[in-house]
Amino acid sequence: MAAKTLFEKIWDAHVVRTEPDGTTLLYVDRQLVHEVTSPQAFEGLKLAGRKPRRPGATLAVPDHNVPTTDRKLGIADPVSAKQIRTLEENCRDCGITVFGMNDVRQGIVHVIGPEQGFTLPGMTIVCGDSHTSTHGAFGALAFGIGTSEVEHVLATQCLLQTKPKTMEIRVDGTLSERCSAKDVILAIIGKIGTAGGTGYVIEYTGSVIHALTMEGRMTLCNMSIEAGARAGMVAPDDKTASYIKGRPMAPTGDLWEQAVKAWRALPTDSGATYDKTVELRAEQVAPQVTWGTSPGMVTGVDGMVPDPKAMPDDRARKATERALEYMGLAPNMPITQIAIDKVFIGSCTNSRIEDLRLAASFAKGRKVAKSVHAMVVPGSGLVKKQAEQEGLDKIFQAAGFEWREAGCSMCLAMNADVLQPGERCASTSNRNFEGRQGAGGRTHLVSPIMAVAAAVEGHFVDIRNWK
Amino acid sequence: MQPFTTHTGLVAPLDRVNVDTDQIIPKQFLKTIKRTGLREGLFYDWRKRKDGSPDPDFFLNQPRYQRATILLTRDNFGCGSSREHAPWALLDQGFRCVIAPSYADIFYNNCFQNGILPVVLKTDEVQALFKGVSKEGYTLTVNLDAQTVTTPDGATYRFDIDPFRKDCLYKGLDAIGLSLQHDSAIAAYEKRRSSEAPWLFTDLAAR
Repeated sequence: MAAKTLFEKIWDAHVVRTEPDGTTLLYVDRQLVHEVTSPQAFEGLKLAGRKPRRPGATLAVPDHNVPTTDRKLGIADPVSAKQIRTLEENCRDCGITVFGMNDVRQGIVHVIGPEQGFTLPGMTIVCGDSHTSTHGAFGALAFGIGTSEVEHVLATQCLLQTKPKTMEIRVDGTLSERCSAKDVILAIIGKIGTAGGTGYVIEYTGSVIHALTMEGRMTLCNMSIEAGARAGMVAPDDKTASYIKGRPMAPTGDLWEQAVKAWRALPTDSGATYDKTVELRAEQVAPQVTWGTSPGMVTGVDGMVPDPKAMPDDRARKATERALEYMGLAPNMPITQIAIDKVFIGSCTNSRIEDLRLAASFAKGRKVAKSVHAMVVPGSGLVKKQAEQEGLDKIFQAAGFEWREAGCSMCLAMNADVLQPGERCASTSNRNFEGRQGAGGRTHLVSPIMAVAAAVEGHFVDIRNWK
Repeated sequence: MQPFTTHTGLVAPLDRVNVDTDQIIPKQFLKTIKRTGLREGLFYDWRKRKDGSPDPDFFLNQPRYQRATILLTRDNFGCGSSREHAPWALLDQGFRCVIAPSYADIFYNNCFQNGILPVVLKTDEVQALFKGVSKEGYTLTVNLDAQTVTTPDGATYRFDIDPFRKDCLYKGLDAIGLSLQHDSAIAAYEKRRSSEAPWLFTDLAAR
């Protein structure tokens, strides 16, 4: 049998039929649903008189619009409230499991899938959300889709797909102390660009990737879409199985044994080839900070804001000038001199328990600078509960961070957590687009501990030699 | 879905790279539960100046582009979020076709679901069209069957497209209806797969 990559094994196992031009009807094992990209899909189903094919293969949760303050007060914005109510009604009508806003299991869709054991290796997983790539950390083929495709999967449990190409991104060497998966993925995006992965599925390989925890791998795969790739994956190993074992929706008994056996056969065969390979040395990865309005506009914290005048390419120069104007930054300014107003620790990139433990260990005994407003938004109700059992909430609060309820929050500011025009934020989220965290807001993407250090000092600091 | 055969329309230029879907339609317009009426959100933040007044330099605020149906733009158009509200808003504004050197994958897919044709031309061809569009009233003819874009002076550029997507768009086919025609193939797949990998078929409702 021909040697296959992890991606090819999963793809081949899900082909229902293929059109003459290669367009494939691909079977979808799991769909995650949230309130923003699903109402029109459910409406379309109803209008066509169709029903979900496998309602039990779908899990729904409201996350984008939910308030992160006291939920007993309900949702102040009636339009947000209606969207969440619509999700709950649609799921009830269709027999789909939904974790409501006041369910302790509620949280960001890409946090709760893995947390519940809904996400498993070898699966095809989709969601009307580009950060579905997160689930690739488990050795699943997981990618974001549009609302019409959400409806397509509900009705048929399948999707029409063109087969993507494969890209290996190999990271070997030793990461500096205090550098994390977030710094690795930002460095990768800086290297290949925000369209570098377009048309590809990325498989991350190499010693650094294998050494990452499952939550680190989720951070990594999460931002594959910021490199243009719809999906990113890491081969499943013993760490993957241990993470899943015993979770509420994970297989048990005989099924567990069968599943684990199948997962062992998933990693890329020796001799299999990728359409493209990119290599990165971990020693070259400094703690990363974005300076512009696209995730590829990134540099090490020991670097400087670039000078558009030094750029030979006309369009790159124009884009940089525009970004610096929006960001209110001067060329050649050291990154460590950038002062910030807000800090946001959260999002589907960095809001899991390990992120919060690490962030708390750096916040412990320190104080958020007077000029800074800082908040921590756990990824799910269960992450929040776990953190509180470990006393992390008290550490954050003593340091001057706000401790909030779970949700997407200021990653995209659809709820009340919004930057004001001109405000500058150190954020552990995934997008620094213009207006992403609020119209006129300025976002710098960083790792959780870089965010903590920035909160304490009031400006970016090189975490490698911080106190 | 409205079929796309041949379309002749006024061209509007958006001379920026990496236009993300947060710019095409910002978050506050995603709270709707409908597909229609999204034109007011299209490029919302870019239409305004800092004081909130309309920016006369932005193309959508200029009378000459009000009836444009073809959007001409640069690399990696539609990157970022998967929101289908982006093509919905473009369609609501009247755009039936986008021309660019490259697109983000999810946006590209989403266009086909809504009767919008995303044409990929070479960078220098797009550059030539940008030159042409500086002339007021500049129109292009896009022929899906022939896979060509023709300028007013008769220059013709050919583009590639997957045959299956082309056929669906050309006929305005309902993709779900097409897949449902293969219901027995789907059922056969499920039967085979559930014996090979039964842990994938323990559905939530059955718990």
